[in-house]
Amino acid sequence: MHIHFLDPYRDRPSLIHALDPRVKFVLTLAFVLTMALLPVGAWPIYVLMLTLSLSLTVLSELGLKYVLKRSLLALPFVLAAVPLLFTVPGPALLTLPIGSLSLTVTATGLERLLSIMFKSWVSVQVALVFAAATSFPDMLLAMRAVKLPRLIVSLFGLMWRYMFVLADEAIRLMRARSARSGAIEGLQPGGSILWRAKVTGGLAGNLFIRSLDRGERIYAAMAARGYDGEIRSFPLPPITSTSWITLLCGLILLVGLLLFALLFWA
Amino acid sequence: MLRSPQAMHIPDGFLSGLVLAVCWAISGLVIVYAFVRVKRDMDERKVPLMGVVAAAIFAGQMLNFPVAAGTSGHLLGAALATILLGPWAAVLVMTIVAGAQALIFQDGGIVALGANLLNMAVSGVFVSYTVYRAVQRFSNGAKWGLLGGGFLAAWTSIFIASLAAALQLAFSGTSPANLGVPAMALVHSVIGIGEGLITVGALTFVYAVRPDLVKTTDQKQIGGRVVWIVGLLLALALAVASPLASTNPDGLEFVAEQQGFLDKAQANSYEIIPDYAMPGMADESAATVAAGIVGVIIVFGVATGVAFLRRTRVTAPTSSGS
Repeated sequence: MHIHFLDPYRDRPSLIHALDPRVKFVLTLAFVLTMALLPVGAWPIYVLMLTLSLSLTVLSELGLKYVLKRSLLALPFVLAAVPLLFTVPGPALLTLPIGSLSLTVTATGLERLLSIMFKSWVSVQVALVFAAATSFPDMLLAMRAVKLPRLIVSLFGLMWRYMFVLADEAIRLMRARSARSGAIEGLQPGGSILWRAKVTGGLAGNLFIRSLDRGERIYAAMAARGYDGEIRSFPLPPITSTSWITLLCGLILLVGLLLFALLFWA
Repeated sequence: MLRSPQAMHIPDGFLSGLVLAVCWAISGLVIVYAFVRVKRDMDERKVPLMGVVAAAIFAGQMLNFPVAAGTSGHLLGAALATILLGPWAAVLVMTIVAGAQALIFQDGGIVALGANLLNMAVSGVFVSYTVYRAVQRFSNGAKWGLLGGGFLAAWTSIFIASLAAALQLAFSGTSPANLGVPAMALVHSVIGIGEGLITVGALTFVYAVRPDLVKTTDQKQIGGRVVWIVGLLLALALAVASPLASTNPDGLEFVAEQQGFLDKAQANSYEIIPDYAMPGMADESAATVAAGIVGVIIVFGVATGVAFLRRTRVTAPTSSGS
C-alpha cells in the first residue's frame, strides 16, 4: 500500500506549475513575509493581497474549492488570539455579561483579531498553492538555489523519499494492532489509557528501530555506489529572463504594497 | 486522521516582525552550530540515518491512540529523537521535520517557521536533553532512570515549547500573556502526558530490542555539557518569564480596565465616533482610493491573463488534434 495521498503536489497544466521553482519559492516567502509585516487594519491592502492569492489559485488551476477548504486548516489556532477582543483598549462595541463579570468587546480588539485571522488565512492560501504546484524535486532545487546548506537539502531529500516507506510501515503497524484488538462502535476502547499508550509507544519504538536499521542499509547501499559523505548534484539550470522579470515584478509589487501600507496605516 | 494540525505549530500571521526576526536569528545560529557539531562528531553514515529518522518521526506522528471524547494522543518525537540520537543530531532532525511540516503540509507557517524551530527543534531538544541527562545521572543508568527520564523529558519538551510559543504570541501582541500563557501551559501539560507515555512505551521497546542504543555511556553524548547548561537555562528562563509575563500589571489590570472602558464608553458615547474617525481621514481615504486603483489594475491584469491562458489552452488541443 502506498500512501501517495500524503503528497500535496497536484499536477496541472498551469502557468504557476510551469513557473521556475526558484521564482515560486522566493515569491512565496516574500508574499508570506509581506503579509506578516503588514500593519494591523490595512484593509484595502489586505483585500489586494487576497486578490493576489485568489488570482494565483485560479491561475494554478487547483480549483478554488480545494484551496479554500484547506486554507481553513490554521483556523483553530485563532482561539489563541480571541482574548484580544477584550484586552485591547479601545472604544467599546458590546458588553457580554458573564455572571458578575462583564466582558467588553472593543473595536480595536476586534480589528486586531480580524487582521490576524485574515493575514493567516491569506498566507495559508499562498503556501498551499506553492506546495500543490511545486513537485518535491523542484522544491529541493529551489532550496539549493537559495543557498541553504547542502546537508540540510540532502536531509530533506532523504526524508521525503523515505517518508512514504515509513508511513507505509506505520500503517502496517497500526493494521497489525487493530487486527489484534476487538472494537465495537460507540463503546470505550479496551484497556486503560496507560496500556493503550504503552502499546502505541511500542509501535513508535518499533518504527524507530526499523528506521535505524533501514538507515544502516541505505548507507551501505550508498557506500557501495561511491558515497563518501558528500552528496553531489547536477548544476542548477540557468534562470530564463522571463523568470527574472516575473521575480522582479513580483518583488516590486510586494515591496510596493508593503511600503504603501506602512506609509498610511502604521 | 493522517495529519491533524497541532496546536503548537504557530501559523503565519500571528507573529510580529520583530519576534520573527529574533526567533529566526536564534534558531538559525543554533542550527548552524548543530551542523558544525554533527559534521565534526559523526561519521558520514549518519547522514542517511538522520534523513530516515526524520521520516520515521513524520510517520510516527500518524500513530495515535484514543484518549477520551474523540481526542487522541500522538507523538511529536523531539524527546525520543534526542534520547536516541543525541542533542545535535536531534536538532537537525527536528529542523527537517518542522521545515517539511511548514513547507509541504502547511502545519505551521512558512515565515513563522523560525519561531516553530525555536520551540520544537531548539528548546524542545535542549530541554529534554537537560531533563533526561539529569535523571540519568541521578539514577546511575538504571532502567527506571531511562523510563522516568524519558517521560519527564518528553513532558517537559512539550510544556516548555508551549510556554515559548505562548510568550512569542504575547510579545507579538497576538495573545495577552495573562490569558495565553496559562491556557497554553494547561492544554500542553495534558498533551505532554500523552507524549510522555508514548515515549516511555517506545523506550521500553528499544530497551528490550536494542539496549545498546539507550546505554548512557554512549559516544553520542560527547560535548553534551553545553546543551545541558543551555537547556537548563532555557527551561529556567521560560519557567520564570512565563509567570512574570502572565502576572504583569498590564495583565492584571484587565478587569479594571474593562470597567474603565465601559464607563468611558457610556459617558462619551457621542464623542467617540467623531474622535475616532476624524484624524488622518484625508490620508486614509487617499490611500484607500489609491489602493482601489492599484487593485483594479491587478484584478484586470490577472483576469486578462486568465482569459488569455484559457483561450490558448482551449485552442491548443483542438489545433493539435485536428
